[in-house]
Amino acid sequence: MKVAEKDVLVHCHHVTCAYGDVAVVNDVNFTLHRGEFAGIVGPSGSGKTTLLKAVLGSIKPVHGSIDMLKGLRLGYVPQVESVDWNFPVTVLEVIVMTRGEKKWWPRITAAERAAAEDVLEQLGLGGLSGRHIRELSGGQQQRVFVARALFHSPDILVLDEPTSGVDVRTRHEVLHLLADLHDAGMSVLLTTHDLNGLAAHLPRLICLNKEIVADGSPREVLVPDVLEKLYGAPMHVLEHGGMPVVLDHSENPMVGRFGGKAV
Amino acid sequence: MHSSIVYALSLGEPYGFQFFRNGTLVALIAGGLCGLLGVFVVLRGMSYIGHGLSHAVFGGAAASAVMNFNYFIGAGIWGVVSGVLIGRIARRRIIGADAAIGVVTTASFALGLALLNRYGQAKRSIEAVLFGSVLGVKNSDIIAVLVVAVLATVVIVLGYRKFLFSTFDPEVAEVSGVKVSLMEAALMVMLSLTILVTMRVIGTLLISALLVIPAATARMLTNRFSRMLWISPLIGAASAFLGMNVAYHTNTSASAMIILVGASAFTCVYFGSGVRGRRRMASFGHL
Repeated sequence: MKVAEKDVLVHCHHVTCAYGDVAVVNDVNFTLHRGEFAGIVGPSGSGKTTLLKAVLGSIKPVHGSIDMLKGLRLGYVPQVESVDWNFPVTVLEVIVMTRGEKKWWPRITAAERAAAEDVLEQLGLGGLSGRHIRELSGGQQQRVFVARALFHSPDILVLDEPTSGVDVRTRHEVLHLLADLHDAGMSVLLTTHDLNGLAAHLPRLICLNKEIVADGSPREVLVPDVLEKLYGAPMHVLEHGGMPVVLDHSENPMVGRFGGKAV
Repeated sequence: MHSSIVYALSLGEPYGFQFFRNGTLVALIAGGLCGLLGVFVVLRGMSYIGHGLSHAVFGGAAASAVMNFNYFIGAGIWGVVSGVLIGRIARRRIIGADAAIGVVTTASFALGLALLNRYGQAKRSIEAVLFGSVLGVKNSDIIAVLVVAVLATVVIVLGYRKFLFSTFDPEVAEVSGVKVSLMEAALMVMLSLTILVTMRVIGTLLISALLVIPAATARMLTNRFSRMLWISPLIGAASAFLGMNVAYHTNTSASAMIILVGASAFTCVYFGSGVRGRRRMASFGHL
């Protein structure tokens, strides 16, 4: 099926990014369409975050180009680990931050407050707008930053490692939230190194190790051949509940080290 | 009863002197100004930059005094050059920004001291720059501090959300269209101007304290950035006002008293909010 031009949100064309002389992302091509939910996966240092930053426009590729839909609005959610939780801001102040000022007095208007309360309600954070960000649970904190990204009605939600540094319960919450948003029509692009906890649940995975190793559904790309290319080590793939589960195949030198028995 | 009336009347006594009125006025504005910018200094972890910059500017002030050059221009240029040097050294990455600040500003400070030792006519000017001469305030000082205070207030009110965004989350602010480097440059310029105009009033050694203590105290009193922006200047101005009066009646250094009053406020709030803070934590039993 031919996809209409207006449905292409992001198109990376032979993109190479480098820090100094060292190429971190090499000759990457991919296209993201409206309504897609894609994850960039790969090991640490594979260039995931660099590619994401290039899409966001904060890093300029040294070669190639990134074409965006004209007037594309990005809603960016950074890693929770990069947030200063002691900073004196309330949930409401975080949410309205992204909206540019067109008035001279900085007070939050009643309309802004109402719009923010709407987004918060939608994400299950109703009644928390006056709380300091530190007073929230891990899942709520992550959702506040998703709410901030959604507040200025983006065309695409971009998340950097949304499950990094969060506990299992929070990871479930994040996954459900993103699935709900996607069901409601939101396009999503994220990075993750969490193969089983997050990547295996996504419709599309772009496997990156400086260059694109594979691009497709989890069933297509979470296979031993691709994973070995991606991680440089043999991997096992099992199936559980109809989904691929990736296991580290290498001999485990830690077995029995602490007096336990190998299973 | 009688003695308390006499005491109350004596509190107003220093206001009979022009130098005290001028000094109090300029200290009040300088305290508020430092308190306002201090919010950004403290929240961005820039305390050391404020401290270093005030020392670096001292070198320029000394050089201007020795060469009979206009203080504001000489010290201003010196401050900018120091800032650029710190940036260049830190960019080489082998040395951290904190070490770069340490090297450049102490060297600049030492150079200023050496220049004044060798060529300075009056020992008084060294003391004036180090400890300030809040009681020898000229009209031009009042105007300069007032202009910078009004400018800083206007810039911060107009760019409030952008300043907040780029302080809290520079990466996302940049992606959302905020010119983070411009906001940072604006803050550095305001900080440099503040140091430049307050240096002769409260002195190099004590500027860094007024840039940190009121904001740190305000942070303990509120969890809201917007409230910090008025509580901190209020504490700065109140410390300056009380410090001036205490200094007059106890015949001690005005700048030292201003800082001691601020430090006392910090200590009270620290212990006061500590108890409240613990109670707050206890209410989150699930955490």
